[in-house]
Amino acid sequence: MPQILPKSSPLAAGPDSQGRYGPFGGKYVPETLNHALEELDAAYAAAAQDPDFQSRLNVLLRDLVGRPSPLYFAERLTNLAGGAQIWLKREDLNHTGAHKINNTLGQALLTLRMGKTRVIAETGAGQHGVASATACARLGLPCVVYMGAEDVRRQQPNVRAMRFLGTEVRPVETGSRTLRDAVNEAMRDWMASVKDTHYILGSAVGPHPFPKIVRDFQAIIGRESIEQSKQRFGRLPDCVIACVGGGSNAAGMFYPFVQTTDVPLIGVEAGGRGPVSGDHAAPLTFGQPGILHGSLSYVLQDDDGQTCDVHSASAGLDYPGVGPEHSYWKDSGRVAYTQCTDDDALQAVLTLARNEGILCALESAHAVHEAMQQAKQRSKDDIILVCLSGRGDKDAAEVQRLLGMNT
Amino acid sequence: MRSISAALSEFASQQQTAIMPFVTAGDPDLAFTEELLRRLDGLQPGLIEIGFPYSDPIADGPVIQASYTRALASQLRVDQIFESIGRVRPDLTQPLVAMVSYAIVLRYGSERFLEKARSAGFSGLIVPDFLWESEDPLRTLCLASGLDLIPLITPTTPPDRVSRIAQQASGFIYYVSVAGVTGERTGLPQDLQRNLAHLRRESPVPVCVGFGISQPGQVRELRSHCDGVIVGSAIVKRIAALSDGDASTRPNRKLVLDEIANFVADLIRAGNS
Ligand SMILES: Cc1ncc(COP(=O)(O)O)c(C=O)c1O
Repeated sequence: MPQILPKSSPLAAGPDSQGRYGPFGGKYVPETLNHALEELDAAYAAAAQDPDFQSRLNVLLRDLVGRPSPLYFAERLTNLAGGAQIWLKREDLNHTGAHKINNTLGQALLTLRMGKTRVIAETGAGQHGVASATACARLGLPCVVYMGAEDVRRQQPNVRAMRFLGTEVRPVETGSRTLRDAVNEAMRDWMASVKDTHYILGSAVGPHPFPKIVRDFQAIIGRESIEQSKQRFGRLPDCVIACVGGGSNAAGMFYPFVQTTDVPLIGVEAGGRGPVSGDHAAPLTFGQPGILHGSLSYVLQDDDGQTCDVHSASAGLDYPGVGPEHSYWKDSGRVAYTQCTDDDALQAVLTLARNEGILCALESAHAVHEAMQQAKQRSKDDIILVCLSGRGDKDAAEVQRLLGMNT
Repeated sequence: MRSISAALSEFASQQQTAIMPFVTAGDPDLAFTEELLRRLDGLQPGLIEIGFPYSDPIADGPVIQASYTRALASQLRVDQIFESIGRVRPDLTQPLVAMVSYAIVLRYGSERFLEKARSAGFSGLIVPDFLWESEDPLRTLCLASGLDLIPLITPTTPPDRVSRIAQQASGFIYYVSVAGVTGERTGLPQDLQRNLAHLRRESPVPVCVGFGISQPGQVRELRSHCDGVIVGSAIVKRIAALSDGDASTRPNRKLVLDEIANFVADLIRAGNS
């Protein structure tokens, strides 16, 4: 029997002193930001040792977010797939409707700890934006969110929510007007504001120490899952699946399993319209190592290092890069990465809605689709655990439009 | 090919501040860039900086971002830039410095990139997203190929790091005048002269200042405090006129070349004490 819970504090484990996961990761940012990254690294290391910080975060996670999130048996989905049992880790039931809040509360508390007085964030699907806006409202911090103009269009409900929460949403009109451009603009803001502003990066990407900090704050997903599996099944699941955009829900789900078990792990990237460059957002499947947004990781770029345009129906996966630790897990073979097309994800949204009464995010639907494929190949005794990263209210209009459904 | 330090010490010995015009390669096309380099070189500004367009330039403001986008829109390749510089290099006398993202260098292959840069006629490289303390071999590779890797120091760089980087620098130190992205600014930061004075005491190599400098008046204010001044957005903005708006209202190339040459000549005059 493998060890169930990590002995060391999860906040204390991490990459090497250079921020490397094997060859991946590191810090590739303009010199203006290097000092702030060192400051953040130190502040985080101190917070990880500080029981007051931990207990403040835990209370917020329990009473504001509603943790622990349930483990749910998707019985009709299981019957439909006709194989292994499909269980859902319900991050969609978190306050604000996705896993993103686990990270934003942690980083907002870090902001206060560092004595910084303003927060900026990027967002794709708008979930990280809403989660940042929420954490900032709760802790009394002014917040500005950068969001690609295309995403502003396709994730309107979240734009409204952010504004309601008192956050300023700044649409980004450069480039492909999606998540990658929003990250660029947030970084540019940070270049000028770094003295008093913290950048709450929303995924396990970017320069060190962001990938580690985001992973650690999200690792509560995997820790709870291990504990709940022990209680419910008396053992660990036979397979764990999560969708991968930048990779934060997957890193949080996988990390405790990676550390302590040999449970098979599957990350699902956005297969978009197909394998032609520009039609998908699957760097681990189709990309090569390169630099984007401050770290070395698998990325979709051309032979000159120029970032490729990407596509996914799901705004939260529509990103050409991925967190460096996933690149390390891929190359080490610890995690298998696959992809799911737009069409399959759209169908999975409908299937889950009509069989379980759960309207999930388009992002999460990528993992649900893969779970059904895996279930078909496995016996009824097997347990597949899916990270259901978010709810789908934000996508309802876009899913309807893409499926040509009548309103 | 004259070395960067030789060029800058010649300026210093004549009590002159070098001007370092920045141009984006391939904006709006390489033929224009080549013509512009000849004109700028004729003014003997000191050094010329050539930007390699990059898709995600985090340190750049809207003007330089837009010029990168324009250059890349016509499928500009790194090899074409090297070929173009190799073509025009025999007509030039001033050292050339490449401004290039590490994303590009790494993907191209650091060794191969440096070899091509050297044979095209570059004297040095500014790689804004390269961490000076990184374990990546870029610094040693530059040393081996005889190219200066120019470090950047900013107002946010802690003093101990300033000393450490300064001691290892070759060519010159690029001092970034403000925390922020490239782009024109009206005034100069209050603490700039003090920061420059400190840095010059620490540095065995010349110190040049960039970011936000666009006017002869600013050059006059700075000239006794640094060895050179880098001017980018104010030049690139004038090149943008060749692409902005509709074709019927655009100036012709000769007009833009003249305008930039006059502007840089004014900056050079301001750098002469
Ligand atoms: C519900 C949901 N799932 C997944 C993602 C993808 O991000 P990550 O890969 O960081 O979990 C997002 C991003 O916006 C999201 O909103």
